[in-house]
Amino acid sequence: MYLFAAFNVSAYEWSGNAIIESRLFNHDPLQSIQSQNSLSLSFNPEFYTDWNNANQTLTIEPFVRWDEADKERSHFDFREFIFYSNHDDWEIKAGIGKVFWGVTESQHLVDIINQTDTIESLDGEEKLGQPMINYTSIQDWGNVDVFILPYFRTRIFPGIKGRLRTQAYVDNDNELYQSSKMNRHIDYAFRYSHTIDDWDFGLSHFYGTNREPEFSAGLDARGNPVLTPFYYLLRQTGIDVQLVRDDWLWKLEAVHKRSNGQKYNASTFGFEYTYVGILDTQADLGLISEYMYDSRDNLASSPFEDDALLAMRLSFNDTQSSEILFGLIIDLDKQEKLYTLEASTRLTDNWKLNVEARVFSNTQPTSLLSDLRKDDHLQIELQYYF
Amino acid sequence: MYKLFAIILLLGWSAAYAQTAEERGLEIAIEADKRDNGWQDQKSDMIMVLYNRQGQKSERKMHNRSLEIENDGDKTMIIFGHPRDVKGTAFLTYTHSIRPDDQWLYLPALKRIKRISSSNKSGPFMGSEYAYEDLASQEVDKYSYKYIRDDVYEGRKVFVVERYPAYEHSGYTKQIGYIDQEMYQPLKMVFFDRKSAKLKTLLFQDYRLHLNKYWRANKMRMENHQNGKSTDLVWSNIQFRNGYNEKDFNKNSLKQAR
Repeated sequence: MYLFAAFNVSAYEWSGNAIIESRLFNHDPLQSIQSQNSLSLSFNPEFYTDWNNANQTLTIEPFVRWDEADKERSHFDFREFIFYSNHDDWEIKAGIGKVFWGVTESQHLVDIINQTDTIESLDGEEKLGQPMINYTSIQDWGNVDVFILPYFRTRIFPGIKGRLRTQAYVDNDNELYQSSKMNRHIDYAFRYSHTIDDWDFGLSHFYGTNREPEFSAGLDARGNPVLTPFYYLLRQTGIDVQLVRDDWLWKLEAVHKRSNGQKYNASTFGFEYTYVGILDTQADLGLISEYMYDSRDNLASSPFEDDALLAMRLSFNDTQSSEILFGLIIDLDKQEKLYTLEASTRLTDNWKLNVEARVFSNTQPTSLLSDLRKDDHLQIELQYYF
Repeated sequence: MYKLFAIILLLGWSAAYAQTAEERGLEIAIEADKRDNGWQDQKSDMIMVLYNRQGQKSERKMHNRSLEIENDGDKTMIIFGHPRDVKGTAFLTYTHSIRPDDQWLYLPALKRIKRISSSNKSGPFMGSEYAYEDLASQEVDKYSYKYIRDDVYEGRKVFVVERYPAYEHSGYTKQIGYIDQEMYQPLKMVFFDRKSAKLKTLLFQDYRLHLNKYWRANKMRMENHQNGKSTDLVWSNIQFRNGYNEKDFNKNSLKQAR
């Protein structure tokens, strides 16, 4: 009887959003099989319910995309399907969940729990839901998180018809693993985080399947060049630190990784400065500068091995919450440049307009960015919230 | 002789106890603070209605929670519900009197908790006519004070007290408060910008008594004299003593805030 009473649902709600997206490319693709301009639709509802004074909750958040051009980009995922229970000084979560760690803007080095949904967005901020059990202890001396991650989600890359991909496309169906348990290797993670006055910091450790694959080149059945992903096991120790002083936020993320017999380090550090009320208006101007480093140098699987980000964020503070973010990532060694523009504004209570543009400039033949040199694009999204 | 002595004594006595206008202003602020002590914690729903110059309106809805902290500023959480694109976005503030506040913003789509630079005091809150500093918890040490006069405002006896922000990055040089002599709560507040020009007027309406001790205005109306816009704030479901503790205002709690 008690059990039934405890599971008596006291509140539930539906919300979410749907997007119509159009991607417009400036050039013909490198390979004629790749698509031109394309249309895409996504739907991301969320069901939430809680009981026992919101000490127990259940969140179910499916995500589905249909893409006109690339069948790999058409996909379904549970971003969340997670049960949460709150106790005196500890919490537990079980199910499919999403976690964010870190402080920097240009890349997210310490953030390792969830697989990046790379076909959703190039900025690495869209994530696939991760099966997990997460215990959190909340103490005066900081928060401790322990994760058990029983199932690995592979990264999905654009298909042969998709844009914004390597010249040899990635075979999403035949990935290889170092672990004999394949995608059922049980991963572990731990994080300690705390705030002391102006300082926020976190220390984390992860052991499990690397979220970032390495590739071996080959040919597919039709003789097209293809890359096969290989997932090594990874030990990663990370720190993230942020200091707030007046109008300045100082940020650092650093990781030490051990994988496939190699040891390497990567870090991102920089600042964000906010000028409140620029030119006597209500608008704020944010200036962001970060440096990205990877000890593997040009062998790094990420294109950011000796790069700088310079960005400017203009928040209008108007009733439409309009914002423009302009960014430039520059490879200090090769002088390659990636320009990005992100802008958004609320059209009505339910509709929002998002615009994104990317331009790849001065790409060098041997670099990872070179394969994207014809993929400058403008993306326009109409987003409906309910 | 004795009479003269008595007069001298009396004069000396009153001189020693004659308050300056600054002391009287501070005394009123301390009394107001003292009367509002001991509420422990509070939650409420809030609707914000923004009017532009043409009178067109747009609405925001949010939930507020706050926790009274002894010898420091309150901890507050604001969770947005409407418009839908900001639903689940939450602000956590640890208010301090002189030291800058600690502030975090939770972005639910990314599950990301972002520290915010707390020097953004004068910026508009959610595109409204309220600045962040207008909505922050009001601590005695945040201002210096000057009592101006007793007066009558809308039929009620008030103290007219000027106060001057003592914290950095304020958008104001001066605020004139009309403090009700019975409630020790403001009925009206006039704000002067950095150039000392009259900027905004805030009207406190529909005060209700809670727990037989604590007065809360159910409505606040901020009018901006320079741009012709205004913003109403309407509170409902104000509830005290919900049993909140510090853990409910831990950074981690932002992730579950609804």
